[in-house]
Amino acid sequence: MTRIRAAGLRLRSIWRGSLLVRVTSTTLILSLVVVAALGFILLTSISSGLLAAAERNAITEARAGMTDAQRVSAAVETGTAAASPGRVVDTLVASLAARAGNPPQYEVLLLATPDNDNNAPERGTNLVSTLSVPTDLRTSVNDSGRLSWTFTEITYLDNRGVPGIAVGAPLTIPGLGTYELYYLFPLTDQVGTLDLVRGGVVAVGALLVILLAAIAWIVTRQVVTPVRTAAQVAEQFAHGHLTERIQVRGEDDLARLASSFNDMAASLEKQIHQLEDLSRVQQRFVADVSHELRTPLTTIRMAADLLFEGRDQYDAATARSAELLQTQLDRFESLLTDLLEISRHDAGAAVLDVDLLDVVALVNRVVAATTPLADRYGSPLVVAIDETAKEDSPWDATVSADSRRIDRVLRNLLDNAVEHGEGRPIIVTIGASASSVAVTVRDYGVGLSDEAANHVFTRFWRADPARARTTGGTGLGLAIALEDVRLHGGWLEVWGAPQQGACFRLTLPRAAHDQLLDSPLALTPADAGVDVNPNIALPSQANPDRSPVSSSSHAGLL
Amino acid sequence: MLVVDDDLALAEMLGIVLRSEGFDPTFCADGSLAVQAFRDAKPDIVLLDLMLPGVDGIDICRMIRAESGTPIVMLTARNDTVDVVVGLESGADDYIVKPFKPKELVARLRARMRRTDEPAAELLTVCDLSIDVAGHSVKRGNDLISLTPLEFDLLVCLARKPWQVFSREALLQDVWGYRHAADTRLVNVHVQRLRAKIEHDPEKPEIVLTIRGVGYKAGPP
Repeated sequence: MTRIRAAGLRLRSIWRGSLLVRVTSTTLILSLVVVAALGFILLTSISSGLLAAAERNAITEARAGMTDAQRVSAAVETGTAAASPGRVVDTLVASLAARAGNPPQYEVLLLATPDNDNNAPERGTNLVSTLSVPTDLRTSVNDSGRLSWTFTEITYLDNRGVPGIAVGAPLTIPGLGTYELYYLFPLTDQVGTLDLVRGGVVAVGALLVILLAAIAWIVTRQVVTPVRTAAQVAEQFAHGHLTERIQVRGEDDLARLASSFNDMAASLEKQIHQLEDLSRVQQRFVADVSHELRTPLTTIRMAADLLFEGRDQYDAATARSAELLQTQLDRFESLLTDLLEISRHDAGAAVLDVDLLDVVALVNRVVAATTPLADRYGSPLVVAIDETAKEDSPWDATVSADSRRIDRVLRNLLDNAVEHGEGRPIIVTIGASASSVAVTVRDYGVGLSDEAANHVFTRFWRADPARARTTGGTGLGLAIALEDVRLHGGWLEVWGAPQQGACFRLTLPRAAHDQLLDSPLALTPADAGVDVNPNIALPSQANPDRSPVSSSSHAGLL
Repeated sequence: MLVVDDDLALAEMLGIVLRSEGFDPTFCADGSLAVQAFRDAKPDIVLLDLMLPGVDGIDICRMIRAESGTPIVMLTARNDTVDVVVGLESGADDYIVKPFKPKELVARLRARMRRTDEPAAELLTVCDLSIDVAGHSVKRGNDLISLTPLEFDLLVCLARKPWQVFSREALLQDVWGYRHAADTRLVNVHVQRLRAKIEHDPEKPEIVLTIRGVGYKAGPP
């Protein structure tokens, strides 16, 4: 059953997928119907013509025979008075049979009427059986008393049977009473002719159908082949083979299609090259700007550092200036770095430096590096390993990835969580499946509205523009993280609800660019829906006397 | 030490910082004169800006490395894969990305100049190599193989514990002196350079083995 279904589906896909198959098979079916109808009409008219002729011939022949029979039977009676009934009948039938010629064109059958009780003998020529005459005909002959005829099957005593026409009329033989005389005309010739014609019609019809289908196939191919070539070339073109062109042959519509396709391809190629050149120039420009900026920045940086080191020797205002110079230089630097990074992503110039990477070790490293910052905010960092998928041993969380980029992504997520974690614990969970490894970073801060969740990856976006920027976030961190993850073919998603905290989930395929289907960890945390009320005691809350969370102080982001 | 940099302001600032840290820098602002300046000054370390007018920093790096194993630290404005890897492959021991903090620079330089004072006489063997740690020489049979101090340190670090697999991070810490995780490409490139000098067939290493997903280890003694 399923095999039939599968075959049906395959046929369906072939039918839908190939114009050639569709046109050819439609032509085949339609011409089959037309040829069958034509053949039927032809055969019907030929057979009815043949039969009408045979019928006329039979009636003429029978009428002459009947007249003859009347004469012969009268003669028999006047000839030998003492002749036995058997001899009379024999003579009659023999004389009638003689008229049929050799080989006989018809059979003669002499039957006594049912009400003839003279013990009258019955005779027929050539072993013809009395069953050849249908009872309907006999009734009609007896009732009307005139010449009647019908189509019948002429049967013989040796069980042969041929279709034929039976013509009958009543005959009175003096001394023997009433008889019925039947002439049976076999239609062997006509049937033979009809068979021949039918064979011819079927053979010609089949040939015609096959030829029509072949013609349809050839004609369609002429159209389909160039279209298919065009489709192939277009596909190649779409895959980046910008120099692919269709060969133009002739001057017909298809050639025009090909040449306009080629024109389009040439124009696209030119524009793409222009864009590539432009992007190369831009990339080069960004790189040059970066270098040109960085050299003086290095000098400034070193000078500022020197001033900062010696700030104890200055008066208060100068010392504070040295401090501000130092911190703002940090900010300037990270902004410059992030801008350069995102412009590299935009230019498509970011390349992966893939290596085997143990995510657990990486997470531990990043957590260790973020701990000083987390301590300042009072948020404990907890690393957990998701045990649910541990059946497929040996459990490991290694991926082929660019460690520098993934390190940066995780650092961004953790910094972000610490910054908006309101001093509550931050839980980093690592999960792995056969095809992917995931890390979630869950915080219990003020959380995210739906609108905020839609925008966290937008460059320079801030949930609340009025909120003062306290940490050195550039506004590009999460945007860069998203680009970095995309470069691996991975996912970076966020869940958040106001007053419930937020959860970022990073999912990486085991090998970069493998298709991701699902993530080993859920994006929506199990404790979603629970309001993070400042009164709820969270484990190891580091800063119990901090002011209650107010809903207006919504999180600004990295 | 020799500082090769075309930016006069940066060179002056570097001079201030380096002198305050007890270095005695000489300067060269022109790339085409850098190799000559190196021969004249015979510095114990070179600080080289990659982007120079005249001769490319990469070429200077190659020329200096061709005649000496003196540690070279590159100054680079970009940490693109290609830029840094090309610099390291042309012989630089370490690199530092502009802008940097003075302390960071000094730490990098000190790490490269650090010489364990008079190490105890120690002889190590890896495969068919014999390493004289005190004498700073590596021999295959009677043939002396010339390694830069960094390559030598890398080989000794691996050869001392042939049973241990060193992660790239561990090597960065032990050989380069990075306290925090840094660019692991440093390790990759220098392992390649080391292999090119000591392996019979660098494509099929027998002395410095790669343990996929973990790091490197030395071959059997």
